[in-house]
Amino acid sequence: MRIGVTYDLVREEERLLVEAAKRLGHEVKPIFVPKMLARIDGDAPENLRGLDFVLERCVSFYRALASSAVLEGWGLRVVNPHQVIRDCGDKLVTTIRLRSRGVPVPRTVVAFTREGAVEAARELGYPVVVKPIYGSWGRLMARALSEDDLLDVIDFRESMPVSHFKVHYLQEFVNKPGRDIRSFYVWGEVPVAIYRYSNRWKTNTALGGRAEPAELTEELVETTIRAGDAVGGGVLGVDLVESPEGNLYVIEVNAVIEFRNTVRVTGYDLAGHIVERTVQEMRR
Amino acid sequence: MASVSCPVCEAGVEVPDDALEGELFECSSCGAHLEFYLEAGKPRLKLAEEVSEDWGE
Repeated sequence: MRIGVTYDLVREEERLLVEAAKRLGHEVKPIFVPKMLARIDGDAPENLRGLDFVLERCVSFYRALASSAVLEGWGLRVVNPHQVIRDCGDKLVTTIRLRSRGVPVPRTVVAFTREGAVEAARELGYPVVVKPIYGSWGRLMARALSEDDLLDVIDFRESMPVSHFKVHYLQEFVNKPGRDIRSFYVWGEVPVAIYRYSNRWKTNTALGGRAEPAELTEELVETTIRAGDAVGGGVLGVDLVESPEGNLYVIEVNAVIEFRNTVRVTGYDLAGHIVERTVQEMRR
Repeated sequence: MASVSCPVCEAGVEVPDDALEGELFECSSCGAHLEFYLEAGKPRLKLAEEVSEDWGE
């Protein structure tokens, strides 16, 4: 097959995917998005015609969003599709999608004012987590242990120059056992997962969380599949937390996945699996 | 392998022939983080883009 790879930065993941595709006998067309001139009034440029599909790999959310829209407008199949990238990029929409399909999510309330946020937190009970609806790598997420903390957080948010910070997404704090789980959804299957350990309440590996292979329990596999299906499928990273009572909750779903730490600690060829399974799906 | 001039200190930075645009390199002379790109087909390096608020998953 002829596989396009849109990217803006060459991370370990992009290297692994390109190497895997070549190793499996496919032709790879790297598409450097920052240099794209996306004319939307015509057909795809000559050099992109005939691609069987494109792997969307931009590290920038807005570049991923825009380039996937343009490529689909040119009639190309993109993995993940624009709509999946858009929905997973918005934590509120993701939560709604998950909840509407019965996937377990922590209790969540959205407020649009300072007073509303206080009321929402009283309803949820402290501690509460306040998250940006658009955000990544755990940035600007805050945990409020009390109303005083919450008011400080809300004051910061309301003075931010970006308006989406005025949408206050509050979630009950799940007192997880010093780790969360990153589980990978690849076309309806769960090939591998990792635990991410940290002494901090944020366990993102981007913030220094330590990765270890996770056991693929029946509940983890089933919950991951339901979460992936709920947002529209494809190739996804599902983040979950375990409650003290032993329940699993999905906290977010990622549509442009990072997996270098998973490969490092499990030795699993996730890039090869993604390419193989995506090729199978595209041949259907 | 091409030797491409560092835009900060002008030392030569070795760039493999199969480098992709957007690939990152570090100048061993001054430590600058550099991004490879092509200008009229010629290999060039510029200061790498800073991490933006919309980067990552």
